[in-house]
Amino acid sequence: MADQSGSILETPMHFRPDRGFDHAVPSEITPRAVYEGRRDWLRRLSAGALGTGLAGWAGRDALAQASAKGAPLPGGKSAVVGANVMDAVTPRGLSTTYNNFYEFGTDKADPARNAHTLKTRPWTVVVEGAVAKPRTYGIDDLLKLAPMEERIYRLRCVEGWSMVVPWVGWSLAALIKQVEPTGNAKFVEFHTLADPKTMPFVGSRVLEWPYVEGLRMDEAMHPLTMLVFGMYGEVLPNQNGAPLRLAVPWKYGFKSGKSIVKIRFTEQQPKTAWVKAAAQEYGFYSNVNPKVDHPRWSQATERRLGEDGIFAKKRPTLMFNGYESQVGQLYAGLDLAKNY
Amino acid sequence: MAPAAPAAATHTMNKLLLHPAAKPLLFALALLPFAQLLWGAVANTLGANPAEALIRGTGDWVLRFLCITLAVTPLREAFGLTGLARLRRMLGNFAFFYGVLHFLCYAWLDMGLDLTGIVADIPKRPFILVGTLALLLMAPLAATSFNRAIQALGAARWKRLHQAVYAIGLLGLLHFFWMRAGKNDFGEWTIYAVVMAVLLGWRVRQALRRRAASRPPGARATS
Repeated sequence: MADQSGSILETPMHFRPDRGFDHAVPSEITPRAVYEGRRDWLRRLSAGALGTGLAGWAGRDALAQASAKGAPLPGGKSAVVGANVMDAVTPRGLSTTYNNFYEFGTDKADPARNAHTLKTRPWTVVVEGAVAKPRTYGIDDLLKLAPMEERIYRLRCVEGWSMVVPWVGWSLAALIKQVEPTGNAKFVEFHTLADPKTMPFVGSRVLEWPYVEGLRMDEAMHPLTMLVFGMYGEVLPNQNGAPLRLAVPWKYGFKSGKSIVKIRFTEQQPKTAWVKAAAQEYGFYSNVNPKVDHPRWSQATERRLGEDGIFAKKRPTLMFNGYESQVGQLYAGLDLAKNY
Repeated sequence: MAPAAPAAATHTMNKLLLHPAAKPLLFALALLPFAQLLWGAVANTLGANPAEALIRGTGDWVLRFLCITLAVTPLREAFGLTGLARLRRMLGNFAFFYGVLHFLCYAWLDMGLDLTGIVADIPKRPFILVGTLALLLMAPLAATSFNRAIQALGAARWKRLHQAVYAIGLLGLLHFFWMRAGKNDFGEWTIYAVVMAVLLGWRVRQALRRRAASRPPGARATS
C-alpha cells in the first residue's frame, strides 16, 4: 500500500476547498445591455434596410418576451452557500419558451403553446411513505411554509444546453423536517401531475406516466435542493412547472420534476421515468459530469442559451455543474462513471 | 394497368414539367428552406437554441429531398409523367447539398470545427457514424451527376453506382431513428419510414414482376 502521508491540515484528496463557485471566465459573460442591444440593432437594421414589412418578423420573439407576465412572487436574499451564481441570467423570453415538459409535447416550443390548459388551483401535494407525519398540503400552505428566497442557479440540460435562472422558493429540507422521515426513508420520490384532460401528451408512449423522479435522502436534504414556486420574481409560468417544481442545480435538468403532486419517502431506490425509458442512456444519479458522455453526444461542453452566439465555441461543462464545492462530498467514494 | 390519370391531364402535366421555366423554378423552390434557415439565423428567429434548429432543420431537408428524389421514378411510371425524369438529378443534388450543410452545421455549431474532436466523435457514436456514411456515399453520386460522367462510366455501371441511393435512404432513416431512440419519440420518424417503405417497396415489386416476366413460360409451372 502506498503511504498516504500528509498532515491533517492538508486538503483531503477528494475534497476541494469551498471556494464558493467555479466560474466561467468573466470576460466571456456578455453584459445584459450588449445582449439586448443586439436585438435592437437587428430590429433597426430590418426596419431600415429591408423595409418595415420585415421589421415585424424580426421583432416577433421580442413580442413573445413581453407577453404573459405572472403575478409577483418576490424572494429574499438566500444565505445558502452557492445560491447565487455570478453568471449572466438567461432572458425570461428564452427560459419560458424553450422547455422540456413532455406532458405538453415533445417539441421545446410546445409547452409554452399548450400549457395554458394546466389548472394550478386548487392544488394539493401528498407527502407520504416512510414519515412520522404524513400530510396533504394545499398550495397555499406550501407558499407559507418557509420564507421565499431568490436563488440564481445554473440549469444544465442533459441535451447539452444550459440556462441561468433566478428561481423563487425554499430549501426542500424545510418540508422534509416537518414530516419527520423515519429510519426507513432512504430515498425521496417525486410524482408529477399526469392529467390527460389538461395535458395533451399524457398517453403518448414516449414515457411512462406519471413522470417520476427521485433523489437520495442526503441529496434531498442538501440546502441547494430547492422547491420552486416562482422565477424572475413572479409566479412560475405553467410551462416551467407551475405551481411547484424542483430545482437540483448539480444534476441534469430532467431530475427536477415539474408540477409536483406527490412526495413519497421510500426505502428502495425509485424507478425514475428516464431510467425506465432508456436505462443505458440515463442513470438514477444523473449528476452533471463533463467526463461521463451520454452515449449519443459528449457532455464535456454546453451551449449557454441566449448568450453564446450560434457560431461561438461551446463552453466547458463544469463538474457537478460548478457546484462541486457544495455537493462533491455527497459522492465521496462513489464511482461516478458507473453511477451515472 | 389502367392509367391512373386521364390522358389529357397527364399531357398537360408533362407539358408543364417540360416548360423551360420548370427547372429554374424548382431550383428556386429547393433553395427556399436554405434561405429560410439563413434568414432565421441572421434575424435570430430560430428560437432559444438556433444552433440546434439549424442542425435539425438541414437534416430534415436531407430526408425530405431523398424521399422526393426516390418518388420520381414511381410517379413517372405510375402516372406516365415522363417529364419528371429530367428533374431527378437536381433533386438528388439538393439532397446532397442539404447533407453537406447538415454536416457543416454539426461540425461547426456542435463541434466548433475541432477536427480531432470530430474525428473522435464519429466512430464513437453509431448514429453519427451512420449519418457520415450516408453522406460519404452520396458524394460519388453527386460527383457523377453530369452527362459526361454517364458516358464515361457507361450507362449500366452508372446506374448500378446510383442504386446506392437506396442504401443512403435507409442509412438516413437509421440515423434519424437512433437520434430519436433515446427519447422514444418516433412520431415524425414513422412518417419518413412509411414514405420510404412505399417508395422502396414499389421498386421491389417492379423487380419481382420483371423477373417473373423474363422467365421462360415453362419455368413458371415448376416454381
